[in-house]
Amino acid sequence: MFSDPDFLKLIFGRLTLDAIPYHEPILVVTFLAVVLGGIALIGLITYYRFWGTLWRDWLTSVDHKKIGIMYIILALVMLLRGFSDAIMMRLQQAMAFGGSEGYLPPHHYDQVFTAHGVIMIFFMAMPFVTGLMNFVVPLQIGARDVSFPFLNNFSFWMTTAGAIIIMLSLFVGEFARTGWLAYPPLSGADYSPGVGVDYYIWGLQIAGIGTTLSGINLIATIVKMRAPGMTMMKMPVFTWTSLCTNVLIVATFPVLTATLALLTLDRYAGTNFFTNDLGGNPMMYVNLIWIWGHPEVYILILPAFGIFSEVVATFCGKRLFGYASMVYATVVITILSYIVWLHHFFTMGSGASVNAFFGITTMIISIPTGAKMFNWLFTMYRGRIRFEVPMLWTIGFMVTFVLGGMTGVLLAVPPADFVLHNSLFLIAHFHNVIIGGVVFGLMAGVVYWFPKAFGFRLDPFWGKMSFWFWLTGFYFAFMPLYVLGLMGVTRRVSQFEDSSLQIWFVIAAFGAFLIALGILSMLIQLVVSFVRREELRDITGDPWDGRTLEWSTASPPPDYNFAFTPLVHDQDSWWDMKKRGHSRPLAGFKPIHMPKNTGTGVILGAISVVFAFAMVWYIWWLAILSFVAMVVIAIGHTFNYDRDFHIPANVVADTEGKRTEVLAVEVQA
Amino acid sequence: MTEFHTERALGEGQAPTFYLTEEHHPEGSTMLGFWLYLMSDCLIFAVLFATHAVLGRNYAAGPSPADLFDLPLVAVNTSMLLFSSITYGFAMLAMERYEKKATLAWMAVTALFGTAFVGLELYEFAHLIHEGAGPQRSAFLSSFFTLVGTHGLHVTAGIVWMFVLMAQVAKRGLIAENKRRLMCLSMFWHFLDVVWIGVFSFVYLMGVLG
Amino acid sequence: MSTHAPSHEDAFQAHHGHSHGQDAGHGTLKSYVTGFVLSVILTAIPFWLVMADVLDSALLTAAIIMALGAVQIVVHMVFFLHMNTRSEGGWTMMALIFTILLVAIALSGSLWVMHHLNTNMMPMSPEMMKNMP
Repeated sequence: MFSDPDFLKLIFGRLTLDAIPYHEPILVVTFLAVVLGGIALIGLITYYRFWGTLWRDWLTSVDHKKIGIMYIILALVMLLRGFSDAIMMRLQQAMAFGGSEGYLPPHHYDQVFTAHGVIMIFFMAMPFVTGLMNFVVPLQIGARDVSFPFLNNFSFWMTTAGAIIIMLSLFVGEFARTGWLAYPPLSGADYSPGVGVDYYIWGLQIAGIGTTLSGINLIATIVKMRAPGMTMMKMPVFTWTSLCTNVLIVATFPVLTATLALLTLDRYAGTNFFTNDLGGNPMMYVNLIWIWGHPEVYILILPAFGIFSEVVATFCGKRLFGYASMVYATVVITILSYIVWLHHFFTMGSGASVNAFFGITTMIISIPTGAKMFNWLFTMYRGRIRFEVPMLWTIGFMVTFVLGGMTGVLLAVPPADFVLHNSLFLIAHFHNVIIGGVVFGLMAGVVYWFPKAFGFRLDPFWGKMSFWFWLTGFYFAFMPLYVLGLMGVTRRVSQFEDSSLQIWFVIAAFGAFLIALGILSMLIQLVVSFVRREELRDITGDPWDGRTLEWSTASPPPDYNFAFTPLVHDQDSWWDMKKRGHSRPLAGFKPIHMPKNTGTGVILGAISVVFAFAMVWYIWWLAILSFVAMVVIAIGHTFNYDRDFHIPANVVADTEGKRTEVLAVEVQA
Repeated sequence: MTEFHTERALGEGQAPTFYLTEEHHPEGSTMLGFWLYLMSDCLIFAVLFATHAVLGRNYAAGPSPADLFDLPLVAVNTSMLLFSSITYGFAMLAMERYEKKATLAWMAVTALFGTAFVGLELYEFAHLIHEGAGPQRSAFLSSFFTLVGTHGLHVTAGIVWMFVLMAQVAKRGLIAENKRRLMCLSMFWHFLDVVWIGVFSFVYLMGVLG
Repeated sequence: MSTHAPSHEDAFQAHHGHSHGQDAGHGTLKSYVTGFVLSVILTAIPFWLVMADVLDSALLTAAIIMALGAVQIVVHMVFFLHMNTRSEGGWTMMALIFTILLVAIALSGSLWVMHHLNTNMMPMSPEMMKNMP
């Protein structure tokens, strides 16, 4: 019975033993490393009896701070995965010249570059940005949590489920070989019959649900939960950019979801949206996916702009120059980002009028970005600049991002784009803005807010090492790609004929090696800082002499963030409070109303992994079963009306009292 | 939100208050949050409408809307949805008066109209597929089935939600949480109506016009 | 997902009953009936126009259908969804306007881009398009 192929197909779909890539040494080694690492991790958790804490205080937590931290951990793990893909590509391209095929066969190389793009955008940058917003925004606006705490937990687990699905493809089956946006007809059923594109689709769809819901959650939070007195034009700039980013998320991720759903139907149900026959039009996919894709770029960069604004104002000891213009520039970028999408496919053939329109809008969108750059410069001008690590990242950003922005304006000129389209010049350009803008911003954000999250600062020496390796590594890795792109070398090529090009790829590989050292320094920095945590302890809660409300709380903040809701009078409200002599209330605490933790989010996330796996492998019974289970559990959750509790006043008084003692000791010392 | 005095209102040198001494209760966010969700859903439909607008004339030498669509059936279907709208409105009015039984009854009627709508749509789909005009036949039919089917799936989800909510109202009565949920479902239900206006105008009527 | 009402709020509501912000947008019997009657009329006219083939010009009929559809959407928004500029401090209206703007951009942009693409890359008549295999 078990050898009956029909029966096996019913049970396992198209999953067979051949799907396990045990004949690929790289993957076997990776798999072993993951297994050993996993066993070690589980062993450590068991040894320190951490399971209970892990489940109660973290996995099921609805606390925005913990969810934010978990997002960032996810992002760092995925950064390591995405970066190992990058190193593999750089090595391959530096080797595969003059008849040498390198060490990655094309079908493997194609999976690597697809995975690199997908992971870096969807599972590194997105969770990183969402994590920072989650952690910081409620603290900055003087709120105790987000508007929908359970939804926040659920969103996180959907994002994680998406990441797990993408990681699964490494060891069971294969990943897409289509490039990170999976253009049809290549990604259609005819040309990609395997499971790769299906992993891609389901990973993104499930993570996309989480992203959209977290966007809704944060908009509602910013609109509804601000401390009294904080009008829109008194919000911190990071909160402003977060608001705009979440507006973009809510308004564009549905487009991605719908577009991928149409591709799914093409692959699963045989419809003809993006096929070559029966009236389908693959170009429609390109059009739709970039309606999402371009705003996505701004989803990533706007929060980074917000971080730089906070960092510049704090470390120059000055109010941000041109607050209002910063806000308007952000809003203008938000709207303009919807009318530039065609610049990603000027060469498609829509003709002169269409290309001219989108070329011009693209050039216009660089104006508000330029205005922001001047605002940061003028904030630094005659400021008392402290060159702490976050400030270094900011200055590195300002130089690097301007360069990337200028090559972007070059690409916005349609005739120039016809020469540079799909060349390594484009690759260099978007890495220039994404690394020089988003990654530098996120790194600055981590160093800046780390003491708030954990109660001690990060070691500055290793932070500086990390920064300098990243910065120089970036230039070594990507400047050669500009040169190669101008010479006409296209992207996504695994082997080259012309050996005169090799030297540029070797330089680029050296740059990638420097960036690897930068990431290593960052990991060392985490360990060193943990070891030295007593020396680096932040007792005041305000280690950088900050300006916004998050610095008024203890580091780390108590579960309820604020014992008393702050009253806001000015833009830089904490600065204002310090300047005009606020006094921390020491009595009169009241019970604080808080949401209860719940395991529903984890459970739904886990089942959605099973569902996606079943869909990828055509295991229909399991797909139906897991889908029904998700619906039933979600409905069951709505029957629970007992979702909150009160932190008793004496517990609040206790917590606050301890802080008072610590602060008093600090003052005496 | 309450107005707060800025420092100018206070005397010189007098430190303003920086903390609220009472518990702060921000306004409820659910209605806004749910509205934002509807707006995001609206963009899903926008993509499907755009796809239909671009691909909806690609018949691939197959049947066209004029050959396929049964307008009287669509008219009946539309009326089902319209009736369900007003009956849900009556449910909301009953809820405002705290009449639990009337609320439940009107919800049941609404669910009935909704089910009739979905049933008629399934009948239409089955009929089309039987005639060889399934979603695989042409890009026009792909986009037609997907757009109308997505709306139908939303209505189905709305019906399931309706039953869940009826159980919750029956169990716990018209408490604040349930009232809020009823209002969310109301928005969802009427939103689907709005989408259907687009569907019958743009897909069916304009399609038959050619 | 929407039924997962947030715990925060559940309790605020429990404290305050149906307090602030949420009482905007209740209809009355009169508003629902008005909306219903208007919708019936606005639905019936376009169906009648097409089914009875009233007008000679298909273009004019199409224009009327779209115009009436737009009016009916407004009717539903006002009488059933109780949209106004005041509820939720104007944020729902702002979100709606923003969404309409984006829907317009996505629809008209896609049509424009794809139409030009078809004209430039596949110059053929609409008749040929319809019958293309």
